[in-house]
Amino acid sequence: MTLHMTKTQKLLRIMGNNMVPILFLVICAFGIPLSGYSANFLASEIVIRISRNSFLIVSLLIPILAGMGLNFGMTLGAMAGQIGLILISDWGIVGIPGIILAMIISTPISVLLGWWCGKILNMARGREMVTSYIIGFFMNGIYQLVVLYGMGAVIPVRSNALLLPRGYGIRNTVNLIGIRRALDDLLLIRLFGIPIPLATLLVITVLCLFILWFKKTKLGQDMRAVGQDMEVARAAGIKVEHTRIISIVISTVFAGYGMILYLQNIGTLNTYNSHMQIGMFSVAALLVGGASVSKANIRNVFLGVILFHLMFIISPMAGKNLIGQAQLGEYFRVFVSYGVITISLVLYEVRKKRDQHYVGLQLAADQEALQ
Amino acid sequence: MTVVWADKSHNQVLKDIKEMHENEVPLLEMKHISKDFFGNKVLTDINFSLNKGEILGLVGENGAGKSTLMKILFGMDEIHQTGGYGGDIIINGEKVQFSSPIDALAKGIGMVHQEFSLLPDFTATENILLNREPLKYTVFSELFGERLNILDREKMDQIAERAIGRLKVPLDKDMMVSQMPVGHKQFTEIARELSKEATDVVEGIKLLVLDEPTAVLSEQEADSLLKAMRLLSESGISIIFISHRLQEIIDVCNTIMVMRDGQIIKTVPSQGVVIADIARWMVGRDVGSSKREARGFDYENTPVLLSLQNLWVDMPGEVVRDVSLDVHKGEILGIGGMAGQGKLGIPNGAMGLFPAGGKVIFEGKEIALNNPRHFLDAGMAFVSEDRRGVGLLLDESLEWNISFTAMQIQEKYLKRYLGGLLKWRDQAAIEEETESYVKQLEIRCTSTKQKAKELSGGNQQKVCLAKAFAVGPKLLFVSEPTRGIDIGAKSLVLKALRKYNEENGTTIVMISSELEELRAICDRVAIISDGKVFGILPATTDSAEFGLLMIGQKSQVLEGGSV
Amino acid sequence: MNLQQLTSSAKGLVKSFGLPRIIIGLFLLSLFITAPFVGVNIGTSLSDTFNRFGMNAVMVLAMVPMIHSGCGLNFGLPLGIIAGLLGATISLQVNIPGPTSFLLAILFATPFAVILGWGYGQLLNRVKGGEMMIATYVGFSSVAFMCIMWLLLPFSNPTMVWGYSGTGLRTTISTEGYYRHVLNDFLSIQLTDHLTIPTGMLLFFALLACIIWAFLHTKTGTAMTAVGSNSVFARASGINVDKIRTLSVIMSTWLGAIGILVYQQSFGFIQLYMGPFYMALPAVSAILIGGASVNKASILNVVIGTFLFQGIVTMTPSVMNSMIHTDMSEVIRIVVSNGMILYALTRKAEVTR
Repeated sequence: MTLHMTKTQKLLRIMGNNMVPILFLVICAFGIPLSGYSANFLASEIVIRISRNSFLIVSLLIPILAGMGLNFGMTLGAMAGQIGLILISDWGIVGIPGIILAMIISTPISVLLGWWCGKILNMARGREMVTSYIIGFFMNGIYQLVVLYGMGAVIPVRSNALLLPRGYGIRNTVNLIGIRRALDDLLLIRLFGIPIPLATLLVITVLCLFILWFKKTKLGQDMRAVGQDMEVARAAGIKVEHTRIISIVISTVFAGYGMILYLQNIGTLNTYNSHMQIGMFSVAALLVGGASVSKANIRNVFLGVILFHLMFIISPMAGKNLIGQAQLGEYFRVFVSYGVITISLVLYEVRKKRDQHYVGLQLAADQEALQ
Repeated sequence: MTVVWADKSHNQVLKDIKEMHENEVPLLEMKHISKDFFGNKVLTDINFSLNKGEILGLVGENGAGKSTLMKILFGMDEIHQTGGYGGDIIINGEKVQFSSPIDALAKGIGMVHQEFSLLPDFTATENILLNREPLKYTVFSELFGERLNILDREKMDQIAERAIGRLKVPLDKDMMVSQMPVGHKQFTEIARELSKEATDVVEGIKLLVLDEPTAVLSEQEADSLLKAMRLLSESGISIIFISHRLQEIIDVCNTIMVMRDGQIIKTVPSQGVVIADIARWMVGRDVGSSKREARGFDYENTPVLLSLQNLWVDMPGEVVRDVSLDVHKGEILGIGGMAGQGKLGIPNGAMGLFPAGGKVIFEGKEIALNNPRHFLDAGMAFVSEDRRGVGLLLDESLEWNISFTAMQIQEKYLKRYLGGLLKWRDQAAIEEETESYVKQLEIRCTSTKQKAKELSGGNQQKVCLAKAFAVGPKLLFVSEPTRGIDIGAKSLVLKALRKYNEENGTTIVMISSELEELRAICDRVAIISDGKVFGILPATTDSAEFGLLMIGQKSQVLEGGSV
Repeated sequence: MNLQQLTSSAKGLVKSFGLPRIIIGLFLLSLFITAPFVGVNIGTSLSDTFNRFGMNAVMVLAMVPMIHSGCGLNFGLPLGIIAGLLGATISLQVNIPGPTSFLLAILFATPFAVILGWGYGQLLNRVKGGEMMIATYVGFSSVAFMCIMWLLLPFSNPTMVWGYSGTGLRTTISTEGYYRHVLNDFLSIQLTDHLTIPTGMLLFFALLACIIWAFLHTKTGTAMTAVGSNSVFARASGINVDKIRTLSVIMSTWLGAIGILVYQQSFGFIQLYMGPFYMALPAVSAILIGGASVNKASILNVVIGTFLFQGIVTMTPSVMNSMIHTDMSEVIRIVVSNGMILYALTRKAEVTR
């Protein structure tokens, strides 16, 4: 009764489903020799990127589970995390306590923003992604209002190192010297000369375990149900709207924590830019790892971080060695980031159509069998 | 149908049950139930009772009121939003009024719908226990509420197994729904209802409503479903069984209840009833006395205008398998049949709105399928049954709705400039034409600029007709022209069609679920069953004959020849 | 009683005009009223507003065809802009000074707009229902791709390429000597010292707006509106829905290309590389402020919307700066424009199918 596929068709389907990771493997395979980087250098860079970015990317998983697509609204969490960091920098709290306090401060802000974002996404059903994307822009305006005009004027911030010379508003770059690499250096070991920040990786592992555990809870099951068919879930008595809001809240809170971990590794905060980029890069990395708008798991996160950032590291040098312009490589990686998201979104929509068609064929086959 | 029941033993059991409960109150009683939708009466004075373990067969044509009755029983929103209902529902001697299906479930009433409400990527177990999963305690639940408890997979499996076990069917509890054959999906739905065991807050399942569960099943699957129903009834669960397959009803039910026009026509024990009886009760308004005199259409001497040959159409829910049909010039041909048998697929497929194959020959020329343009260019038109989805531009004016197709296909209402290069909309001509249709069809509107969505259903239907008339078709398909509109508008629409046929000589093919309506205005009526033409009879034929055809029984009259 | 009538009619007005529009309109009005008291010259303000209106109106007009055919808001406007940039750079490369260069730019941009628009339309036809998100990223990726191309394409006009290397286009190229202000100065009217009306530019927009208006009154235009209103209805009336949608995308892309050329001639510079990146958002929010929704738009929406949006963008910096000595205009612009898009996206689709 099922439609039979030949082996080649199956292979093609598997290839088609994993087109993006395969494409990236090819790019990297060509790019690595061109860039001339040593294996050791690349390995240590990759470890840094994993510890820096994977928490942020994991925060995207739960909305996908709940069928809300890629949460471009994760920038909201990033803003909350940044506000936490600005405040602890002002209060002069350093090291691990500083990081923890920043997380504590970011939590209520993230919850509030996530709640609001979830409510709006419930009103824009069917176009969650483009809406969450615009919400990111909208909130950026409010964030600027708070940080550029509110801080120092309404919200007490005293440190002159943070404030603009005019007396209120935060400077364009904030030096996070107090918490710089605080978590990374807590348990730093060297393996074949490659520095490995064990503490950070441990935190990320705990988060991954949490995600795996979460999928087994009642709430996780409800999210899976809502993600598959809202109407069926509603008929079974699941609070659909509430469940969707919670998924966004969780994602936003994690994005906030992720941003704090990200910035403690980098060490400086680009007050008005850091958060805008992060959503796009996280989404692109997840998609490179083979995730789609409706399906993603932890394996996609790590494969994505490795492949995407490998491309990111090598392309300027590869561009320089190939054409003599590093600039070219930089534009290339921007193009690839956006291109990957575009291709994934297109494939998702096309596949959705094809699957509907497939369902139709199945129906016809069933009917044949009935006869 | 080859269902052989161990009748004696079962009847014995039933008798025992009945005796046991003789002095007790019935499980369910409905008294003087009535319902109207904004003055349109759909149910009048419904009375019946259902005992424990009894299987009640509920039959009737589409629109007889079966589903409305069930909606009332379950307290669906739709009922509350349209002004509630009259009469009492009594369960175990206690008067109840459910505000939502959840309430009904709490009282132990479950329903299996025609459309599956299952999640494709969940296993049978997960679907059976959807939102009723047993949980294992975790610490986090203290903080964040019990939704952070873990699912108790073992217990889930046990419950699912138990529920499937009661049905005695080979259903794999770990199979993904998306990979199941249809029959298993149906069993999963039923198992879901059965798994609702008694708890402190909820009563165990006592009454199961099955709405056409066998419609999508193969014969074998249907057999095992019927067996499962017997098992359930023996274990004391009452069942209301809605089906169009009358043999099944006779085989499995204790009592048969026939509904027509919102009333109960007959409630009889199933013993000794034959299909022909039920068919007559279902359709026969005044059996044998057709209201309308035959027009005496001369088939011998009129040419065939449209010929469908081996048409198949992949329209979901209305699949056409193999239809061959000749339509003569100037006649009104009716196409009837039960819902889901494929009658609606015929015009939709011929027009090209759904993937179709076979041959459509119009005026001797073959029309290429799967492109509405060819269909329209040939001089045919189609009034869709899906008024809001296909038939109308809801957000645009009447003028646009009526003139659009004719403008695009036949370049009517256009002014040409620059040697025909610029085709400008001719507002005056559009207004004039719309005006004339508004008068002719008595469309009630504030002006021809009113938006289509603001009109009532009947007037929207008239707009759809006007749109088709504006094309000036040689052949007109009209699908369910009276669905969802009030009685006054109904007769107006039918009259307009008849008049159009008589005055312009336009051939009309009308598809409708209401047999009486077809008999009233058509010359011949074809009945579609299982995606094929099951028989064609003159409209003057006794309606019981049609009734038999509709439920898939050839009558003696038909054997050996056709009209 | 009278009061009741008044409130009910007021409510009707609010409903038909839309609350956000009224708030934005009143806000702009209050800016114009406060302006003289805080020492801002009304003439300059008006002049600026007209100028920016003319610069941006064509790009807002580029939203109309796609909204009409049901492709949603054209977040892929950068694609059209790229066609315009190609036209502009090729025109400068050909190196014919004066107004002719503007015509040449339009001429060269057209085939690019048609080809890109056609491909973009084919893509959007395959992703019906998810157009807006994909359009956004098509815009982004094409801008990023062109960044590479601007470096590699063999342009050689010294006003355009980097002086030191002799290859690769500059990030901003002056249109001085070519088509700077060709439309602005055409028939321009100097009312006072501060108030100049760029008649030519406004006329050019009016011309394009008339063409679109007229197109929507033709047979094909009618079909386009019907496709956007209910594509199944259109299909059942024999319309080739995909073809009409592709046509609308080509039109939108072409208008985007022309729009950026008009913008450049007034602004005086061609902005390459990441320049076109965020240009879609202001245009999208302008047409929404003008009263359009995700599936309905008119020329009037374009005019009102562009005026309100550009009015606020022009007025807030000067008035706010003079009032509280802080430039909060950027924040206000971000909040208003994105808030408006959010408002439109969360409206329930008007068609109840």
